[in-house]
Amino acid sequence: MLAASKYAPVVLLFVIALAIPVLMIGIATIVGPRRLGVKKKVPFECGTEPIGDTRKRFSVRFFLVALLFIVFDVEAVFIFPWAVLFRQLGLFGFIEMAVFLFILILGLVYVWKKGALEWE
Amino acid sequence: MEAVAFYIIAAIAVFGALLMITRRNPLAGAFSLVVSLIALAGIYAMLRAELIFILQILVYAGAIMVLVIFTIMLLNLREEELEEPPAGKIKTLIILAAVAFGCYGIIKVLSGAPDEVPRVPENFGSVEKVGELMLTSYLYPFEIISVVLLVAIVGVVLLAKKVI
Amino acid sequence: MERLADYIVYNLPFLQQIPRVIVDLIIMLFFATCMLLFWVALFAGITSWVERRVAGRIQSRIGPNRVGPQGFLQWIADGLKCFLKEDFVPAAADKKLFLLAPYIVFAGMFAVFVVVPFGDGLIISNLNIGIFYVLAISSLVVVGILMSGWSSNNKWSLLGGMRSAAQIVSYEIPVSLAILPVILLTGSLGMQDIIRAQGPYPWQWFAFHNPFTFIAFFIFFIGALAEGNRTPFDIPEAESELVAGYNTEYSGMRFVFFFFAEWANLYIIAALTVTLFLGGWNTPAHLYTNLFGLLHRSVDVAGTFVFILKSLFLVFVIIWIRWTLPRLRVDQMMDVCWKYFVPFSFANIVGTIIWMVLADAAPVLGYVRYILFVVGLMVPLAIAMKITRNFRLAKSEIHLNPFI
Repeated sequence: MLAASKYAPVVLLFVIALAIPVLMIGIATIVGPRRLGVKKKVPFECGTEPIGDTRKRFSVRFFLVALLFIVFDVEAVFIFPWAVLFRQLGLFGFIEMAVFLFILILGLVYVWKKGALEWE
Repeated sequence: MEAVAFYIIAAIAVFGALLMITRRNPLAGAFSLVVSLIALAGIYAMLRAELIFILQILVYAGAIMVLVIFTIMLLNLREEELEEPPAGKIKTLIILAAVAFGCYGIIKVLSGAPDEVPRVPENFGSVEKVGELMLTSYLYPFEIISVVLLVAIVGVVLLAKKVI
Repeated sequence: MERLADYIVYNLPFLQQIPRVIVDLIIMLFFATCMLLFWVALFAGITSWVERRVAGRIQSRIGPNRVGPQGFLQWIADGLKCFLKEDFVPAAADKKLFLLAPYIVFAGMFAVFVVVPFGDGLIISNLNIGIFYVLAISSLVVVGILMSGWSSNNKWSLLGGMRSAAQIVSYEIPVSLAILPVILLTGSLGMQDIIRAQGPYPWQWFAFHNPFTFIAFFIFFIGALAEGNRTPFDIPEAESELVAGYNTEYSGMRFVFFFFAEWANLYIIAALTVTLFLGGWNTPAHLYTNLFGLLHRSVDVAGTFVFILKSLFLVFVIIWIRWTLPRLRVDQMMDVCWKYFVPFSFANIVGTIIWMVLADAAPVLGYVRYILFVVGLMVPLAIAMKITRNFRLAKSEIHLNPFI
């Protein structure tokens, strides 16, 4: 119950954080005007007619960033528990993490050398 | 109280998953998957598994979802290009799901009321406890993770370079 | 939070007949709602006015000064105006996702407030995983931003959303790595534990603890700016090329909620920096609470006051940076992240460990914090001297009065 009661506020806040915009946007929709026009519904493109389709293929750069993000994010996640326990583990923990970090820094160096960090 | 919370969260998770497989548009499907993943995180929080709760949100609902969305945008499939969903298979799946659910119900009834619910030790699943196990008893797998991640990094570069 | 509940139940005896869990829940609900409505709304509104005034001063103009004294009521007028605007969905948009996106961005931002401390015992829930939770929840915002960018079916929105997402996820790495030295020193992820591990005097703050945390402080602060899409990292909403970024197609109240989230994020950045590196609510008065037990409450209030004051100062610094520095290019932004911040953060972690081991052996190293504190003090002094010098060279007068 102790752990659950600590998370109750999280749920509560999520509910409030959803309820208040729903309420306010709801009122605004009732109060606000509703004047529809064909031109108004066209995607905004600085006043000109939209050219071409919006759904274009995206640069592989973004894909690469997302891939690298996952790898390094997972890695950071594994360092956190170690950081919390560092004082208890002492030298043993230091060596453990030195090995772990060394291998990953090697990975960073590899990515760098291969030019994957370049945003052309 | 806890059972009610569990069923609500579980219903949200199932709803998200159903939404995900029924959406025609891949991106709408991806966004429904987020709902399911967050609801799962809620279940982990109820199990007092704090570290897993965080991992679920941080890695799955955050990082992997971004990757999924970027990948969909990279491929840029249109609805017209997608295959029609095979109607027969869906029917089979529904029947299978119903059978599985029925089996579960039968087992539940046969086994009767659960015995003593095992008590969770103090601090179970917290970052400290999991970290302690990971860095002492399961040290070898932990170090292997770094190698796995290194392989993943190499894989990322190889994959992305091929596309460039 | 629990202490506050104890205090209320103690003073209102009739509450003792109701189960404690329910009382706690009601107090929490009340507190959370108050915080949302008063603190975030007030902060977001007033900061939008302050920012426009500061921008005016920096660019030698006046800024909004018509509505109310010194234009102070401008934000209320703006809010009311948006309230009465049409809530409108473009024809090409994916309607459901378009309508849903503002909620996700806002809820993701707002859920962070669960672990943002306001004072000793004044925190909605002191989760054990505190700072970890912040990292996780803020990654949800990315989903909302991508959703709004994609569903608008507008080129500006889509580009803005993609850039924003790429930027946020990139900077999440150095930010989380920059937090690690602090975690190493504290041995806990809880926000209040981190604050308690720092001392009441400025040289006991983590920012000045050792050279590595000093660097980590800057990496964290700059990385947080990038995660909040603030200048110099506002490429996702670069007005000159993308109109307004992912929220281009939004109007009325939905647009307001995007901005709400952005201003609230400003406070979150500042409060997290204060918590992690600048001593939180610690004041020298906290040393003497044991001597004079009676003063306990007033010390807490003083702590809250100090905390908010420090945060507001940082908010001012963020605004100042925005109107001083030009925007970075995309490739520069990525270079800063992956080629400078990430390697430096790794070095910080290793450095902090070595420092901790050495400091145990040689306590002399403890004096380094005084040197770093002096260095830290020199930065604002140097900036102030530079500003006065510029004014002298321009032969113009210095107006310290903020109101023209």
